[in-house]
Amino acid sequence: MAIKTMREAISEALWEEMERDERVVILGEEVGLWGGTYAVTKGFYDHFGPERVRDTPIAEGVIVGAANGAAMAGLRPVAELMTINFAFLAMDQIVNHSAKLHAMFGGQMTLPVVIRAVGGGGRQLGSTHSQTPDVVFAHFPGLKVVSPGTPHDAKGLLKSAVRSIDPVMFIENATLYQMRGEVPEDEYLEPIGVSKVQRAGSDVTLISYAKMLQISLQAGERLAAEGIEAEVVDLRTLRPLDMEPALASFKRTNRAVIVEEGWCAYGVGAEVAARLYEEAFDYADAPIRRVAQREVPLPYNRDLEQQMLPGVEDVVEMVREVL
Amino acid sequence: MDQKEKLRLYHEMVLIRRLEERSADLYREGKIGGFLHLYIGQEAVGCGVISARRPQDRVITAYRDHGIAISCGMQPEAVMAELLGKDTGCSRGMGGSMHMADVDLNFWGGHAIVGAHLPLATGMAWADKHRGSDAATICFFGEGATNIGYFHEALNLSMVWKLPVLWVCENNEYAMGTAVERASAVDEIRRKADGYGMPNASVDGMQILEVHRAAKQALDHVRKHGPFLLEAITYRFMGHSMGDPERYRESDEIRKWRENDPIGIFRKHLQGIKGVGEKTLEREETRAEEQVEAAIRFAEESPDPTLDNLMSLIYAGEES
Ligand SMILES: Cc1ncc(C[n+]2csc(CCOP(=O)(O)OP(=O)(O)O)c2C)c(N)n1
Repeated sequence: MAIKTMREAISEALWEEMERDERVVILGEEVGLWGGTYAVTKGFYDHFGPERVRDTPIAEGVIVGAANGAAMAGLRPVAELMTINFAFLAMDQIVNHSAKLHAMFGGQMTLPVVIRAVGGGGRQLGSTHSQTPDVVFAHFPGLKVVSPGTPHDAKGLLKSAVRSIDPVMFIENATLYQMRGEVPEDEYLEPIGVSKVQRAGSDVTLISYAKMLQISLQAGERLAAEGIEAEVVDLRTLRPLDMEPALASFKRTNRAVIVEEGWCAYGVGAEVAARLYEEAFDYADAPIRRVAQREVPLPYNRDLEQQMLPGVEDVVEMVREVL
Repeated sequence: MDQKEKLRLYHEMVLIRRLEERSADLYREGKIGGFLHLYIGQEAVGCGVISARRPQDRVITAYRDHGIAISCGMQPEAVMAELLGKDTGCSRGMGGSMHMADVDLNFWGGHAIVGAHLPLATGMAWADKHRGSDAATICFFGEGATNIGYFHEALNLSMVWKLPVLWVCENNEYAMGTAVERASAVDEIRRKADGYGMPNASVDGMQILEVHRAAKQALDHVRKHGPFLLEAITYRFMGHSMGDPERYRESDEIRKWRENDPIGIFRKHLQGIKGVGEKTLEREETRAEEQVEAAIRFAEESPDPTLDNLMSLIYAGEES
């Protein structure tokens, strides 16, 4: 095992897949000459050349649209959206095309496209540049939505995403790029659509993913100091959603808190809580609770923005409420 | 343009330059957060165009907006306080660098989704025309924004409906690290207006007097006949935003453009005018510097917005 950053893990996954399969191409704004806005594709342009690492105009509609078309015609495009907030400009391509064409034409065409997009708040970028709208994408059948919370999972899941013959929205978090974690030296894949227990515990189940996985793990440490053992389940994929580990854990702990970075209303917490109630109502010893972003467009002011985002303290407090 | 107006504009350009330089300092000190895009090098475009507007004319731009805000009459205090995220900022600390606005000054904002404010300009001009007002809307955007669908949709509709919009493309050669010709099929951006039958012109964006003249003519056309696209050829002397590694251009290129500093050019012009001595120019420069320092003091001493402020802003509530 080596210690790598999330950025390195994601970059390696792309590099290895491009080496493995020459149908894999990258397109997006500043992915080439600049080396990627967040330096994920640094060195790719020189190594793989401008034909396979394509800088595009600022035109999200055609970035995803051309990726869809190229996928239909046999390439394996990885489209990078500079941030997930700009995915809204490509929404028609993602929702009405990536997610639909395979089923709508009776299975005749496939869209093996990966749409990489980075999101998350907390960097004082103002309300339009700070969103975590993951659930918006998870709403649509036909699309797979993956969002890793560790370098290990990021690498293994992104490699699976590139190999998937279905369209995958791969959501990263800008504040996690520097995060370090163990990454195996040998090649490996992580399966899409499989949740994972990232911390074992018997008192309460914390269900989260991506940045909030890290927050939940930190909360787990804090609670352990008080003698409370939290089990932390990492969803990793929002669609298709694997509820098994969360359900199994909830049936043992009888208490659950769901933690997400996006807004609470109609969110991941709402979906997961509904599924827990539907399938394990009798096991609940306390109402299932949610920790999420406050229901506001995020402000620029640093302290105020931080107050609006879910943190370790919020999770710890919510756990105390359900115990 | 009379001498008094010229001196006013010189002061405005220097004020913007100084404000941007000090903002960069404050960013490095961690007092300004988020993304910070500086207008240094492009001052003649905003100052030149806006000096040709009447108060009823609306202005809207992208995220590189501090200079445009000042030209619209925003006080440096309100700009600085917004940069520091204070309640006294023009957007009450909610928007930051990329989202300055003051609707009382008819400045309708810096907008940070590339191209998204162009349809807004079309809509504002539509409302003005619909209500029989003679206001025009001036919409600034970078050349990078002309490659997105929004640009084409907004220009086309403005032409079909003959709306009073002056489209001002600030062609500063690069969209982040992408040179014009790497992303646009035509590098003479104004030609894109031809596709919509829209009259257009280009102007040296480093020469404020030429920009002013071109904008005045263009606005006359806009009021009488409908949309016009003005392309100003300019250059940003700094990186795209703070922290840009600038691997995409040679320092030689930057040096050459810097010899064409719009403030230096205008200063030379003013020195040649009888009655404007070195002393007058220095006085304007000192005044600008003092204004910026006062604005920083004001911003630092201002209160942060509260949670209640934010909560009260989510919906406009009942119409009064
Ligand atoms: C829809 C959208 N895509 C991408 C971005 C990221 N982005 C911000 S500024 C910029 C470059 C814009 O260049 P240009 O329009 O030429 O304006 P300039 O920065 O040169 O003033 C990019 C790609 C964005 N803000 N919005």
